[in-house]
Amino acid sequence: MSDPEHALHLFHQMLRIRRLEEKSAELYSAMKIRGFLHLYIGEEAVAVGVAQALAPEDAVVATYREHAHALVRGLPAKSIMAEMFGKQDGCCRGRGGSMHFFDIETRLYGGNAIVGGGLPVAAGLGLADKLQNNTRLTCCCFGEGAIAEGEFHETMNLAVLWQLPVLFLCENNLYAMGTALERSESQTDLTQKAASYGMRAAAVDGMEVLAVEAAASEAAHFIREKRAPCFLECRTYRFRPHSMFDPELYRSKEEVETWKQRDPILTFKTQLFDKGMLDEARLDHLEQQVAAEIAEAVTFAEASPLEPVDDLTRFVYSERSPE
Amino acid sequence: MSAPTQQQSSYREAVRAGLHEALQQDERVFLMGEDVGAYGGCFACSKGLLEEFGPERVRDTPLSESTFTGMGIGAALGGMRPIVEIMTVNFSLLALDQIVNNAATYLHMSGGLFNVPLVIRMATGGGKQLAAQHSHSLEGWYAHIPGLKVLAPATLEDARGMLLTALEDPDPVLIFEAAVLYPMEGELSPVISSVSIDRANVIRTGRDLSIISYGASLHKGLGAAEQLSEEGINAEVIDLRSLRPLDDATIIGSVKKTRRAIIVDEGWRSGSLAAEISARIMEQAFYELDAPVERICSVEVPMPYAAHLEQAALPQVTSIVEAARRMVVRNG
Ligand SMILES: Cc1ncc(C[n+]2csc(CCOP(=O)(O)OP(=O)(O)O)c2C)c(N)n1
Repeated sequence: MSDPEHALHLFHQMLRIRRLEEKSAELYSAMKIRGFLHLYIGEEAVAVGVAQALAPEDAVVATYREHAHALVRGLPAKSIMAEMFGKQDGCCRGRGGSMHFFDIETRLYGGNAIVGGGLPVAAGLGLADKLQNNTRLTCCCFGEGAIAEGEFHETMNLAVLWQLPVLFLCENNLYAMGTALERSESQTDLTQKAASYGMRAAAVDGMEVLAVEAAASEAAHFIREKRAPCFLECRTYRFRPHSMFDPELYRSKEEVETWKQRDPILTFKTQLFDKGMLDEARLDHLEQQVAAEIAEAVTFAEASPLEPVDDLTRFVYSERSPE
Repeated sequence: MSAPTQQQSSYREAVRAGLHEALQQDERVFLMGEDVGAYGGCFACSKGLLEEFGPERVRDTPLSESTFTGMGIGAALGGMRPIVEIMTVNFSLLALDQIVNNAATYLHMSGGLFNVPLVIRMATGGGKQLAAQHSHSLEGWYAHIPGLKVLAPATLEDARGMLLTALEDPDPVLIFEAAVLYPMEGELSPVISSVSIDRANVIRTGRDLSIISYGASLHKGLGAAEQLSEEGINAEVIDLRSLRPLDDATIIGSVKKTRRAIIVDEGWRSGSLAAEISARIMEQAFYELDAPVERICSVEVPMPYAAHLEQAALPQVTSIVEAARRMVVRNG
């Protein structure tokens, strides 16, 4: 943490995610956001740390818990909020919603709500890069729940067999909805699963943004150098329910509280204060900046028109010619 | 200038010629699937292509239908023009997730941002005594899905040309090749080009009834029309070619003329493509009909192995002929 500016950047990014997610929860209760809403609160260090290792031209394939990845990669909060409001100015014109963000500029290929469904697609993007001699990589995010799916295993095998430039980012928050890892996996050391396919695999403390950044940078470096895949498990925890429909019967309040002691934002804040990189005044300033960004996003989403119902059947087939 | 002479070819060779042309035409095209390379394709459709185009462009995959189909989606998004071959439609069920949840949805879900120019080919249908896990005709299921286009070549020209058409399409196209047709011999134009898929083909004109079909069943429809003509019944035969979208104009135009329709579809009757076509005829030509629409479909049983049972389960020329007689006599 030698560069204070960079450290503050990481902190700022995590704060943006946290506040966006908190606002989303609030707007869900206010019935402005509907459908499924999966929050990233508690896992911010993962998205922010990994994003530092990615170049603008890299691609991201994410899950339904993708708000954070979209935001740190540069999708404006306005587009995100408007999408969750189901409005025309949302990144997908209100057709995707919270679970399905897509963006051309930041090369975000979903928002996939089929557990495991994004892995083959990410490998395919990697194959396209390989065949076209591109130096970019694809970051494929998925929860540890996906590891039980066949598509995970098929994709690990093919990614190694064909040496595809893909970062397989496992966001292990210990629960797949209500199913704890040890209740679903015979082998709970997930790196061993990837390693068994001959893939380079590592695990990192996903509550420490600097640790994630370092591990992800090393993985990305390996992928770019060797044009081969890498598996990185980030051990983290979600502080909120799986979605907004979850009474959390499967874990104790004490367990959640224990993990909250390791809140990635609070612990990093303490470090920054200790090092004299942050003080109350600067924190206040950052909070205000983030609050303004999110308030603007909400105003934007409120004001955005609805997609006309007459356009319901648009985008089932392409409207443009192939080239 | 005299017309270029037609070449003798099989349906299989026509498919191969399409693949060859596609690989030659466009650097971005590659073929991927189980045993497409070293083995030459499970139906020998890609024989020799590995040798000619190399393992980067003719890629043998492991037995991972879901993942290599999904990789086709990713590669298409990444700027390539993949052709994914799935051995048969039964195995495509392992890739349903990728086809239905991803390929068919990305464009819409992304609000028009990401189209998926992917071609998926597979063999379909019975008649080769391959029993209940290799013989079904499930293309009608895929034709249910908005976001997909579904093609069923029944002729040599279409077997070759539809692949090129599909590759020109910005969206996912599924091509169903009827396994029994691979050895079918015929004539093929020496000029290789894509074919329009906008219209169904009226293969044979007639005035007494319309036999509407596609794929392998089309040839049974043609056989029936031949037999019926000897009895003085003049049948029109329509090759649907595209199962999604369906060419309503050609279907309805024909039925309005002949006033009777038989749909021949190797899928099972319940919830079938034949049911859909029948419904469209009711909706658009009810008052023009002289007889209820007839459907000749597969008997609702998993495909049995024994030849006599399998043949009893499949649509046959005789059942088409009998249906035609019923319809014409009743309204004499
Ligand atoms: C194929 C499939 N099966 C089931 C579901 C329902 N489901 C949604 S999220 C989820 C748990 C996934 O857990 P994990 O992969 O660990 O990700 P997390 O939600 O913890 O981020 C399940 C079972 C689904 N969306 N897709």
